[in-house]
Amino acid sequence: MAIVDRRGRGDMRPWAFVAPALLWTIAFFCVPFAVMAVVSLWERVGTELVASWSFANYAKFFARGHFLQAMLNSLEVTLIVTVLSILLAYPLAWILAEKVPPRWQRIGLVCAILPFWTSYVVRSYAWVLVLANNGVVNQALQGVGLVDEPLSLANSRTATIIGFVHFFVMLLTLTIYANLVQLPKNYRRAAADLGAGSVATFVHIILPLTLPGIMVGAFLTFVLCIGDYITPQILGGNSELVMPQLIMLQIGRRADFPTASALAILLMVVVTLVYVACARWLKLERA
Amino acid sequence: MRAGQGMRIGNILAAFYAAAIYGFIFLPVVVLVLFSFQDGRFPIPPFQGFSLRWYEELLADRRLTAALVNSVFVALLSSAAAVTLGFLAAYGLARFRLPGAGLQKALLVAPLTVSYLIIGMGLLITFNAIGFPRSLLAAGIGHVVINMPLCFAIVFSQMGEHQANAERAARDLGAREWQVLALVTVPMMWPSLFASFFLSMTFSWDEFIISFLLTRFDVTLPVEIWNMLRSGLNPKTNAAGSLVFGISVVLVLMLELTVLRRRRPA
Repeated sequence: MAIVDRRGRGDMRPWAFVAPALLWTIAFFCVPFAVMAVVSLWERVGTELVASWSFANYAKFFARGHFLQAMLNSLEVTLIVTVLSILLAYPLAWILAEKVPPRWQRIGLVCAILPFWTSYVVRSYAWVLVLANNGVVNQALQGVGLVDEPLSLANSRTATIIGFVHFFVMLLTLTIYANLVQLPKNYRRAAADLGAGSVATFVHIILPLTLPGIMVGAFLTFVLCIGDYITPQILGGNSELVMPQLIMLQIGRRADFPTASALAILLMVVVTLVYVACARWLKLERA
Repeated sequence: MRAGQGMRIGNILAAFYAAAIYGFIFLPVVVLVLFSFQDGRFPIPPFQGFSLRWYEELLADRRLTAALVNSVFVALLSSAAAVTLGFLAAYGLARFRLPGAGLQKALLVAPLTVSYLIIGMGLLITFNAIGFPRSLLAAGIGHVVINMPLCFAIVFSQMGEHQANAERAARDLGAREWQVLALVTVPMMWPSLFASFFLSMTFSWDEFIISFLLTRFDVTLPVEIWNMLRSGLNPKTNAAGSLVFGISVVLVLMLELTVLRRRRPA
């Protein structure tokens, strides 16, 4: 409810509360974004940025095979990670919500997401330790005689996907669990009374009702996964570049900000398109 | 009878599945921490015995301890700024009718939808253009950009009508605006302010890409650990990673025990 304005219409007090945050966002988020959009139309000549005002950097994206390939790699990895993470996280969330006594659920959940709080860098490094040629997994496999030669797991797309799935299983367990525990127990009883078996109840009642939780988690996974540089850089190596790696290459090697800006904006366009496609389900959650 | 048996098999399968996923989730962390105590030169099996020498090396490493102190400073200051700005904006938008409030809210939470890499890059290009040097200050500014939307959203969602009534009462009794804010609203909003502060702390503490792009000589801990990775697998990196993980876990457990516990039904 609005407070009755005691000083008449010209009262500027409310603005004093909102202005600092708004100005901060404009200065350090909107302006940099505008600068990036402008720079993406420039080009780098020698060590100088030249205002050439052309879409050459965007044209380059479609003309150069390895630029386009990086986007395809990004989409492929992100899609695989999202689907795998949902498939692995859903049963765990369900077990936590259904099979675990209520007083233990919270502890189970906190444990399930504890490694979530390791930093990106550390988590990826830890997976290198696990997947390295002489790492834990390979030594264990060789120890029990399953393989003779170490599997080259590190520095591959598989390693990137494992690293990502590890992170997002935790995230999705959280969002799906939150959705599952909100479902009234009566729905299940009603379904049973009407003759539905446990499988039918799950397919027709539980699964549709948890779709919002899945979609929110899937969207978060998509956004965070497609924008991440660390995991593919540490675990995937340089064989199959994804977009963030390509962007960082432009900045790091050549300080080519125009190309990097154009690539970043193209990446944002893709994320926005996915958001628009998912918006229908994302809104459901608020209802 | 058959149903009971099916149930039991289902429970056993569920237990196996849960154990497998928990194993997957904890495998890298356990390997990381275990081999930080490795009494040998490589953080890979076999485990050669328990030793604290890598932690000693860690504490003797000037660059690393400096990075740790830098990280703590950046996390504390940027979180304090993010919570303050986010809280004031939430108060203004929850308690007053402002023109274009919907647009303002959308603008304030917009950075949440953009990846850190792009936010960091935009700041890098802008700072370059105006000649603002890469520094801890620049990284801190970036951390406020990513954390303020979160603080705003958390505090805004918790600003209810009963608190507005208490504020009105205080005003009727003659409190000035700043007194209402400092003596009534802040104490009432304490749990969500605390929660947003600690969440910002953990995000800032772990953040890599913005710090990587915006710092130069003085760096934060994740950037220093990234630099250590170049030397390949090394128990010292394990020790540094375990330390970062340990501090993050302490922050999270503090949040869990202080703030979230109150919301739990008794």
